[in-house]
Amino acid sequence: MEEPLDLIKLSLSERIYVKCRNSRELRGKLHAYDNHLNMVLSEVEETITATEEDEETGEEIVSKRVRNVGMLFVRGDIVVLVSPPLRVG
Amino acid sequence: IFFSFFKTLVGKEVAVELKNDVVLTGTLHSVDQYLNIKLTNVKVVNENKYPQLTALKNCFIRGSVVRYVQINPNDVDTELLEDATRKENSAVAAG
Repeated sequence: MEEPLDLIKLSLSERIYVKCRNSRELRGKLHAYDNHLNMVLSEVEETITATEEDEETGEEIVSKRVRNVGMLFVRGDIVVLVSPPLRVG
Repeated sequence: IFFSFFKTLVGKEVAVELKNDVVLTGTLHSVDQYLNIKLTNVKVVNENKYPQLTALKNCFIRGSVVRYVQINPNDVDTELLEDATRKENSAVAAG
């Protein structure tokens, strides 16, 4: 029986997309993970999305801040979703 | 696996980003099974990002408050990591 974690195993040494808490997203190459979903990623791009509201008009969504990190340990308790990259294919 | 991973990084410079957005850089002194971290030679990364901690030299960080640990890619053997992950994962699947 294949567990969800086995599906993540298929992505080892591949690029993945990780949705995290606090409107953060990571894209990077997966090198390690455990069943807490702690992970080590390389060639990481972090996107933090901030939403700002205009008092007059209503909601103005501003997508902010991209950071690049060469090698990153990610603590599993912030991980919401893990997937292959959301680009084409 | 990550306990062992951090043990291989003892003595290396890392940047620990906490869930409250504080970022501390320093030398990894020790780690435990909860991934609590002891950092020595702690340095200021971004002064306006967090309250003045310039008096701080060494610190103990509870593992649960860590968001990320930024590491020098040269300090990491990715193949070793991937192999260890596969092994650990088969143990999980069998259990």
